[in-house]
Amino acid sequence: MHQFDVIIIGGGHAGVEAACASARMGARTALVSFDLNAIGAMSCNPAIGGLGKGHLVREVDALDGVIGRAADAGAIHYRMLNRSKGSAVWGPRVQADRVRFKAAVQAIVRAQVGLTLVQGEAAALVLDGGKVAGLELADGTILNAARVVLCTGTFLGGVLFRGEERYEGGRIGENAAKRLAQQLRAADLPMARLKTGTPPRLDGRTIDWAALEEQPSDGEAWTMSAMTPRRVNPEVFCGITRTTQAGHDAIRANLHRSPLFSGAIAAAGPRYCPSIEDKIHRFGDREGHQVFLEPEGLDTHMVYPNGISTSLPTDVQETVVRTMPGCAAAVIVQPGYAVEYDHIDPRALTPDLQVRAIPGLYCAGQINGTTGYEEAAAQGLVAGLAAAAAALGKVAPTLDRANSYIAVMVDDLTLQGVSEPYRMLTSRAEYRLRLRANNAATRLTGLGIAAGCVGEERRAWFERREETRKMFHVKHSQPVHARDLADAGLPVRRDLGQKPLSEWLRHDGVTPAALAPWLGDFTARDPLLAEEMAEDAAYAPYLARQDSELRDLRASESLALAADFPYTQVPGLSNEMIERLTRAAPGTLAAAGRVVGVTPAALSALLVHARRIATGQRAA
Amino acid sequence: MPSMNAVPTIFALSSGAAPSAIGVIRISGSQAGAALAALAGRVPQPRRASLARLRDGAGKPLDEALVLWFPGPNTATGEDLAELHCHGGRAVIAAVEAALAALPGLRRAEPGEFTRRAFANGRIDLAEAEGLADLLSAETEWQRAAALANAGGALSRQVEAWRDNALSLAAQVEAVLDFADEEDAASLPECFTWNIAGLADELQQWLTRPRSERLGEGFRVVLAGPPNAGKSTLFNALIESEAAITSPIAGTTRDVIERSVAIGGAAFTFVDTAGLRVVEGGASADEIEAIGIHRARGELLRADCVLWLGTEGEGPLGAWEIAAQADRDGFAPKVAARFTVSAMSGAGLAPLKHALIDGARGAMPKPGEAALNARQHARLTEAAAALTAARLLSDPLLIAEELRRARVAFDRLIGRATTEDMLDALFGRFCIGK
Ligand SMILES: Cc1cc2nc3c(=O)[nH]c(=O)nc-3n(C[C@H](O)[C@H](O)[C@H](O)COP(=O)(O)OP(=O)(O)OC[C@H]3O[C@@H](n4cnc5c(N)ncnc54)[C@H](O)[C@@H]3O)c2cc1C
Ligand SMILES: Nc1nc2c(ncn2[C@@H]2O[C@H](COP(=O)(O)OP(=O)(O)OP(=O)(O)O)[C@@H](O)[C@H]2O)c(=O)[nH]1
Ligand SMILES: [Mg+2]
Repeated sequence: MHQFDVIIIGGGHAGVEAACASARMGARTALVSFDLNAIGAMSCNPAIGGLGKGHLVREVDALDGVIGRAADAGAIHYRMLNRSKGSAVWGPRVQADRVRFKAAVQAIVRAQVGLTLVQGEAAALVLDGGKVAGLELADGTILNAARVVLCTGTFLGGVLFRGEERYEGGRIGENAAKRLAQQLRAADLPMARLKTGTPPRLDGRTIDWAALEEQPSDGEAWTMSAMTPRRVNPEVFCGITRTTQAGHDAIRANLHRSPLFSGAIAAAGPRYCPSIEDKIHRFGDREGHQVFLEPEGLDTHMVYPNGISTSLPTDVQETVVRTMPGCAAAVIVQPGYAVEYDHIDPRALTPDLQVRAIPGLYCAGQINGTTGYEEAAAQGLVAGLAAAAAALGKVAPTLDRANSYIAVMVDDLTLQGVSEPYRMLTSRAEYRLRLRANNAATRLTGLGIAAGCVGEERRAWFERREETRKMFHVKHSQPVHARDLADAGLPVRRDLGQKPLSEWLRHDGVTPAALAPWLGDFTARDPLLAEEMAEDAAYAPYLARQDSELRDLRASESLALAADFPYTQVPGLSNEMIERLTRAAPGTLAAAGRVVGVTPAALSALLVHARRIATGQRAA
Repeated sequence: MPSMNAVPTIFALSSGAAPSAIGVIRISGSQAGAALAALAGRVPQPRRASLARLRDGAGKPLDEALVLWFPGPNTATGEDLAELHCHGGRAVIAAVEAALAALPGLRRAEPGEFTRRAFANGRIDLAEAEGLADLLSAETEWQRAAALANAGGALSRQVEAWRDNALSLAAQVEAVLDFADEEDAASLPECFTWNIAGLADELQQWLTRPRSERLGEGFRVVLAGPPNAGKSTLFNALIESEAAITSPIAGTTRDVIERSVAIGGAAFTFVDTAGLRVVEGGASADEIEAIGIHRARGELLRADCVLWLGTEGEGPLGAWEIAAQADRDGFAPKVAARFTVSAMSGAGLAPLKHALIDGARGAMPKPGEAALNARQHARLTEAAAALTAARLLSDPLLIAEELRRARVAFDRLIGRATTEDMLDALFGRFCIGK
């Protein structure tokens, strides 16, 4: 009864993906969380996706994850960010109805075969000879499993701040949770503190929407998940307003009352998503900062003012809000606050998110120093797949920097650690041109099917799609004469001769739509795939050029550095280099090359030494 | 630290070959201190020169020398290092070397081994190591100066500066891509394309600079003209040796003859060729001459400078008109002779040599200035191509990709990337890992 292959602690975004991924792999999985009805709750802004984050959602979805489908089920506002730029940096983003999103997550979780939900509080790990053997709940129940995935978010030493007020986090059954925390600290895991914040929530009925510029949903057809045939909910618009000088003055006059500036919070917050007091402090000369007023659902009046995350006292928050156009009478339903919490230095983890010091324990989500639902979900997926694969003697899909943002994030985390909450950005991915949000299925679903984590429905869809791809491919290879294109009104010089359609697609102004006479009704059969293949054709020269770089990368990936690689014995490595490398414990020479601050000279010393060891071993 | 039997301690005369005023013998490795104690009777204070009487194992005095002690790892090789500044006579040096060789764990260094250790110990990066390897094989003063500039990190520093520049340009594009929703980062600043163009131009300019192998290959001077023009005689005079056969028989020189010499610190390769004339078909002897003439024409294409001894105006474009055999009776001067010489009497040879040295100087890397070798040149060409492409693009995504490509090229150039490229450079040149 209490025997499992994998136990997941925490029913947040990381925990849900970890639990479902593990169960999809075929592992007997338990998901333990404080409150089963809170599974799938969005702690903050009910938006999913965005720049970089949209890629993560699509990738998790491609491996048959939960977040994309749930996002579509809740979506009430769609926007493709960066639409005016190259498609590799488009960022699909939705705002979701909180209630519908959560209901969808819970439906998926409850329907998942092989997944047992356990309401309760994880009190302590059961260890056996330093390895994980199970989990003890606060009520004394013991669950047995050799793999446990920790997805507990900010529960480690979380403290809430609002002005002069303080609340200890993890209030429910605080004492028991502390035992788990103590175990982690006792294992001598490197820990650090970070902070994040949230804005006040407003009553939408008290906002003068008519006075505001509207940002409509895009009205297009795309969805977050490939498994969602069409959009289901009515789409709402957001309002756009801005902070004003009067509000800024109030902030300046009260800076000393913000825990961020009074010194109460010393931890680093996300540079990418600063609090409003931070913005005013650092960019004081700006006249105002844009604020999006985002409805939180179809059946609620709650509005999320995106852009004014704050931990100022409630009275100052009120002034800031009321001095924004359209918000003169706005009522704050729940004031904003900041949270400071402990996270594990992710450099203590292996590339499959396992804690090196405690075999069998995995960590995923905010506990690893990231911020965001998508980042949490993607790590949950990685840890869940890895734990299940290890338990069942299977192999998880091989993700690397050249095939997914997921791997970029995990590699960054486990190699570089974090100095501020880690958020996905497209600039973190060096092979960005091949990692597009809209080709995630092509990149990953096949790998997922091979690993066994993709369900029947998606597998069938993918196989049909691959058939269509073959047909498209034939169409794309057909040679067409420049003069025929010119005759059809395309902006092509008549004397360019004959080329396959895929090459014509690289020319400015030659779109798949314009090539309809040659592509036939195939485009209609799968417009998204047609679009993807047209993009492939357009990026082809760049991708071909990256190939040699990738060959090099894979060659140095193949030079392994053992976890206990004797850095101290590499002649000539400075103490600083030894420390950086020991901390990051890069698995390969290529990874060592990505560790920040490692110099070319150190790398070559390492290379020579690793080769020497390798030759020595071969000779022995 | 590696034990003494793992890595032998090496020594070598690191100043020029004996005899010379002072001979510096370097000892590197874990036994360097012990060797110093054995010969000098003590290990002096680190990094201070002191005088000591050197003795061999039997206690026989060898020399009165300045000795220096540098404990590792902050030394040129990254290992313990000792230096003996002896009197430079052959016998003294040989005796000291013999005494060292007799010590346990010590052996004579192989060529380039100090460099190899410095590199293996992370004391120098790839470009610096290449510079040192060049330094070791440097034969002329100019080669040495250029190699020294690279070994000293001049090239590495320059590439780092370009890389930083490319990175800051990339940061501007990335802001546009990743923070498009922020009002501050809506579009690229106006000077952006201009800045990329500036960097691209700078690289282009470096690429047109003479390459470092030019130093080793030398300035290639080809002597050409009809039979009996006096080519071989002038050739012999320029290289100051009787390498080519000369005779009054037209068609004496059949094949290409090459000789490398240093003149005034610059390396030259002089090339003597078969006299150019139309060979009438038939005889097999003429067939050989025809092949020689064919080769001579090939040489004209490879030349940095052609000395034309034939009829005025009939030489290849850009050739120097040489009026040869000026001492002869019936000598017909050239109207626009660049030089009038007599290889027999030596008249006019000095100005010709000076002009050749000047020509070589223009075609070679400037002494002391960092120069690119073929590998580095290829990487820099790639970076320049990427930047040139970037300045013509308008899609920030593709601009970012080109900037990334440039950065990768810079990384490869200095060995920051752990690429095959670097492995080749390493293992090809330093036979590491044996
Ligand atoms: C104030 C604040 C504002 C934020 N704003 C945003 C935002 O605007 N946009 C955004 O994308 N992200 C935001 N984030 C971050 C985002 O909420 C998190 O990164 C993400 O939800 C983390 O997911 P998770 O699964 O790691 O943890 P969580 O979602 O926090 O889930 C942790 C789960 O573990 C359970 N749990 C904890 N301890 C135990 C235990 N001992 N036993 C059993 N169950 C336990 C909890 O009940 C909870 O269900 C914000 C976070 C905070 C705190
Ligand atoms: N007086 C005098 N005789 C010269 C001089 N240069 C060459 N000669 C003579 O001219 C003859 C031909 O000289 P070479 O140097 O063999 O001529 P070449 O151009 O190499 O001839 P091929 O090899 O047959 O093409 C020889 O007898 C030389 O001694 C010179 O400067 N002065
Ligand atoms: Mg001759």
